[in-house]
Amino acid sequence: MTTILPARNTQADGVRPLHRRISLGRIIAWIALIIAILIVIFPFWWVIRTSLSSQKEMLAASNSLGPVGFTTINYFRVLGLVDVATAQAAGGSGQAINFFLYLRNSIIVAVLTVLGQVFFCALAAYAFARLKFPLRDEIFFIYITGLMIPGVVTLIPNFILIRQLQWQNTFLGLIAPYFLMSPFAVFFLRQFFLGLNKELEEAAKLDGCGPFGVFWRIILPISLPPITTISILTFVTSWNSYLWPFLVGQNENVRVLTTALAIFRSQTPQGAPDWTGLMAATIVSMVPTLLLFLIVGRRVVNNIQFTGFK
Amino acid sequence: MSSIASTQSSTHQSPAWVKRWFGPESRIAWLFILPSLIGFITFYAVPAIRGLVISFTNWDMLTAPTFVGLDNYSKLLNDPVFWDSLGKTVVYVLLNIPLQTALAVGLAALMDRVTKSSLIRGIFILPWLLPPVIVALIWLWMLDPTLGFINNVLRSLGWQTLSFLGSPDQAMPSIALINIWQYTGYTSLLFFAGLQTIPKEVYEAGAIDGASEARMFWSITLPLLRPVLVFVLVTSIIGSFQIFDTIAVTTKGGPVNATKVITWYIYDYAFGRFQMGYATAIAVALFIILIVVTIAQMRILNANQSDLA
Repeated sequence: MTTILPARNTQADGVRPLHRRISLGRIIAWIALIIAILIVIFPFWWVIRTSLSSQKEMLAASNSLGPVGFTTINYFRVLGLVDVATAQAAGGSGQAINFFLYLRNSIIVAVLTVLGQVFFCALAAYAFARLKFPLRDEIFFIYITGLMIPGVVTLIPNFILIRQLQWQNTFLGLIAPYFLMSPFAVFFLRQFFLGLNKELEEAAKLDGCGPFGVFWRIILPISLPPITTISILTFVTSWNSYLWPFLVGQNENVRVLTTALAIFRSQTPQGAPDWTGLMAATIVSMVPTLLLFLIVGRRVVNNIQFTGFK
Repeated sequence: MSSIASTQSSTHQSPAWVKRWFGPESRIAWLFILPSLIGFITFYAVPAIRGLVISFTNWDMLTAPTFVGLDNYSKLLNDPVFWDSLGKTVVYVLLNIPLQTALAVGLAALMDRVTKSSLIRGIFILPWLLPPVIVALIWLWMLDPTLGFINNVLRSLGWQTLSFLGSPDQAMPSIALINIWQYTGYTSLLFFAGLQTIPKEVYEAGAIDGASEARMFWSITLPLLRPVLVFVLVTSIIGSFQIFDTIAVTTKGGPVNATKVITWYIYDYAFGRFQMGYATAIAVALFIILIVVTIAQMRILNANQSDLA
C-alpha cells in the first residue's frame, strides 16, 4: 500500500492536473466514501455494543449507541461457562451454544476440504495445463460445464447418495462432495499453470526429475501465491456454507458453527429473542474469519482482480 | 502414423494407440486427474443425471420410486405456487441486482478517483467474507420491528417505525438490502480491478477535449468496463436466483409466503414433504431458466458492442 500509493499519486498529479482542478468534487467524493465505510462498519459496532449490554437494561435504553449496563456475561453464557440459572437470570434460555465443539467441527471440515480440494485440483490442473493425454481438452470442457450446474440441482441427489452410504452425521458426509475437486479450483489453477515459464520444468526434467517430482518440487513452490488465494477462497466457502452441513450434519458431534447459530436462533422463543446472547454468539463465530482476514486480507483484496478476470 | 516405422524397427513395440492412451506421460496424467475425476463423476456428473432421472419419478425416499414420466413437469406447469415463487424470485433479483451493481460501479469509481488504499478496500470486502447466516442474524437484529437500530433512527426522526422482515410488503426488499450490504463491496472490487486496466491516456485525451468528469464516466469508463460488467452481471444474477441462506435464517419463506422464493420451494418439497421427484423437477426447471437467462444476457450484453479499444 505505502509503496503503490505515493507513486501513483505523483504520477497522476504530474500528468493529470484534473484532480486539483475539482477539489470540491474530491471533497464530496471523500464524504460519499466515508458514508459508505460507515454503512459497512456500523452494523459490526451495533453487534459488539449489543453483545456487551445487559439484556434487561438494553430493553429500556435501546437508543444508546454504546453498551447499556456494560457486562461480559453474554459471552460467558453463550460459551457455556456459567450455570443455567445464571444464564437464565441474564436473559438467556439457558441454552449454551457449545462453541468450542462447533468451532472444532468447523475447523475440521474447512481444513480437510482445503487440503484435499486444493491438492487434488492442483494435480489435475497441472495435468490439464502441461501433460499430453487423450481426451484432455474434452474432460476439461466437461469440468467447466460443471461450473454452470446450480447447487440446488445436485443438492438433492448428493443428499440421497450420502444417505444411502449412511454417511449422514459423519465428517465424511460433510466433506466428501468437496474433498476431491471443485471445477472452479481446477479452472483457476490451470489458468495460472498455463502462464508459467516452461524452462524451469525442462531443466528439472533434464536433472532426472519425474513428473511428480517436477510438480512437487518446482510447480508447487513457485505457485504459492495462487495456491494461497484458492486455499483462502475454498476455506471461506467451506466455513460459510450452511445448507449442506444443515442437511447432513445436525448431530452435535459434527455440527458446524453456521448450523449451530441457525439452530440457536430458532431456539430462542418467538416473543422475546435473546438478542444479547445471539449477538455475543455472532461475534464469537466471526473471530476465526476476522483473524484470517487480518492475516491474509490484503492478499484477498489484491487477488480479486485475478479471480475476477478469469 | 509413425507406427509403421516403429513396428518395423522393433517387434515388441506397442501400437500407437496403446502408446497414446497408456504411454508414460498419459499414465502419469491419468494418475494426476484421477482423484478429481472420481470427485467430478460422483458429486457432479452422476448427481446431475440422477436428478433428472428422479424428476421423472415419485419418490419419498422410504419406498421404491415409481416412474411417472413427465407428470411432475405437467404438474409444475399448472402449479400456481411454483409460478408465484418464480415471480417472487424474479422480483428479488430485480430488487437486488440493479441497485447492487450501480452502487458497486459508483463505489469503484469513487475509490479509483480518491484513494487506492487497500485498507479501505479491505473494509468493503469484509461483509462478503462472513457467512450469510451471520449477516442475516446481524440484520435481523438491526431491522428488529421494536428494538432494532434502524427503527430507533426512524423513531428519533419522528417517522413511523417499520416491521421490515415481519411485513409481507417489506420482507423481500429487506432481504434484498441485506444482500446488497453483503455483496456490494466485493462486486465493487471487481469493478475497481477493471478500472485499473483502463489506460490513463484515454482520460487525458478526454480532458484535453474538454470532457467533463460525468461525460468521461459515461463515454469512457462504462464502455471499457463492459467485460467486467458482463462477468459480474452473469455471475451475480445466477447467484441471486439461488438466494436461500438469508431467507432460511430470517423469514423462512414468510410472512404469508412473501419470501417463498424458488429455492425455498424446492427445499420445502424435498426436506419438508419428502417429495423428491417433484422437488428435483423444480430444480431442473430452475437450471433451464438459468441457462436461458444467461444466454439472453450474453446476447444482450454483446449486442451493443461499443468498446473504444
